[in-house]
Amino acid sequence: MRTIQSEDITRAVAVAAIEANTVLPPDIYQALRTAYEKERLPRARYLLKVLLDNADIAKKEGLALCQDTGMVVVNIIIGQEVHIAGDLKEAVDEGVRLGYRQGHFRASVVKDPLIRVNTGDNTPCIMHTEIVPGDTVRITVFPKGAGSENMGRVAMLKPGAGEQGIVDFVVETVEMAGGNPCPPLVVGVGIGGNMELASYLAKKALMRPLGASGPYPELRHKLLESINKTGIGPQGLGGDTTALGVNIESFPTHIASLPVAVNLGCHSTRRCTREL
Amino acid sequence: MELKVVRTPLTTEVVRSLRAGDFVALHGVVYTARDAAHRRMIQAIVSGEPLPFDPAGQVIYYTGPCPGFNHYPLGSCGPTTSGRMDGYTVELLKLGIRGMIGKGERAAEVRAAMQEYQAVYLATIGGAGAYLSRKVLRAEIVAYPDLGPEAVMRLEVVDFPCIVATDVHGGNLYRDNNKGAI
Repeated sequence: MRTIQSEDITRAVAVAAIEANTVLPPDIYQALRTAYEKERLPRARYLLKVLLDNADIAKKEGLALCQDTGMVVVNIIIGQEVHIAGDLKEAVDEGVRLGYRQGHFRASVVKDPLIRVNTGDNTPCIMHTEIVPGDTVRITVFPKGAGSENMGRVAMLKPGAGEQGIVDFVVETVEMAGGNPCPPLVVGVGIGGNMELASYLAKKALMRPLGASGPYPELRHKLLESINKTGIGPQGLGGDTTALGVNIESFPTHIASLPVAVNLGCHSTRRCTREL
Repeated sequence: MELKVVRTPLTTEVVRSLRAGDFVALHGVVYTARDAAHRRMIQAIVSGEPLPFDPAGQVIYYTGPCPGFNHYPLGSCGPTTSGRMDGYTVELLKLGIRGMIGKGERAAEVRAAMQEYQAVYLATIGGAGAYLSRKVLRAEIVAYPDLGPEAVMRLEVVDFPCIVATDVHGGNLYRDNNKGAI
């Protein structure tokens, strides 16, 4: 049994929160650059150039890439040989609190969804844990803005709808969202499980680097092509580049179900992973 | 990309000169307000109280910025989704607001009211908050400080880049099938 102190978790979350909000992941930066080189519409090219400049300025000056520094999703994969000394959730929230204060980031969380008073320190975060074999702890900090999060959807399709049903639903979701989720998008799709698991899988799909291996490579390709054919373009103002990539996560499902969830990530889909 | 220089507050003449698709470099004062500040301003109108600023000719920027630090008067300060302000906007246009800056499509009733009251809707670059923060010279809270990042701020901007999204001549840059504003 390996013991990890909760203070070390706090420190890792704080550092990851600052890095996630100020440094665009290299795969996303590269995808933006490639899109900029390929894009044909001058207005869209201008917008993609501004987004590249934005990432350069944020990294150099330590400024947040986007003022919507999000509600933070923290995904923790805990090896079952690890004992965490202290209160894990409190340690993670303290890391968010610390990182957001040191980073001069916006506090965007209200304590109650109806009374709506800002908690002032961007806590609580939304924490997911998974227990796996091993003796390490892998923490992914994923600040998610509401512009893109508000545009997500879930559908409980009939199994007969098949692959085409999934394509239609995902493309419809992107079209309904238009410019609101800050395209070019990273599109996370969760397929299978049940209603809540499909949503979680869609979020997990966003946490995976672009172009990394994953299920259904042909479907991913078809989705990306169909999404980019919509012509929505950067900021919804037209162009070839509506999405930078599509990631899929899947899980077995019931004989009567075909759950599909779409979680849209903006052009600055932010994530940072630390391993302890 | 050629930019049209536009100074605030806006006059009818300037508003009428702008066409959907024009690139604009905005100079002057704009006021920040988003969801919670809009609710408060509408409450103020209903109860006959003054708004936090004289709305005549002014421009509202839909943003909830990160705080300033070091030599930055303001941190990252990109636009938020304008559609959430649609329900409050017509009342403000009636009182003389001439411009709005945000991102994403506006509702049909807002577009109609923009024609009636001669106001323009400018899109700026969502998610380019660090880039846009360099265009802000000064920032001060003028109302509702208890709202934190949603307080109303007076910003002085220079060369602030926007694209005319909806003009007073019926021009609208967003696609017609963009129905997503909530």
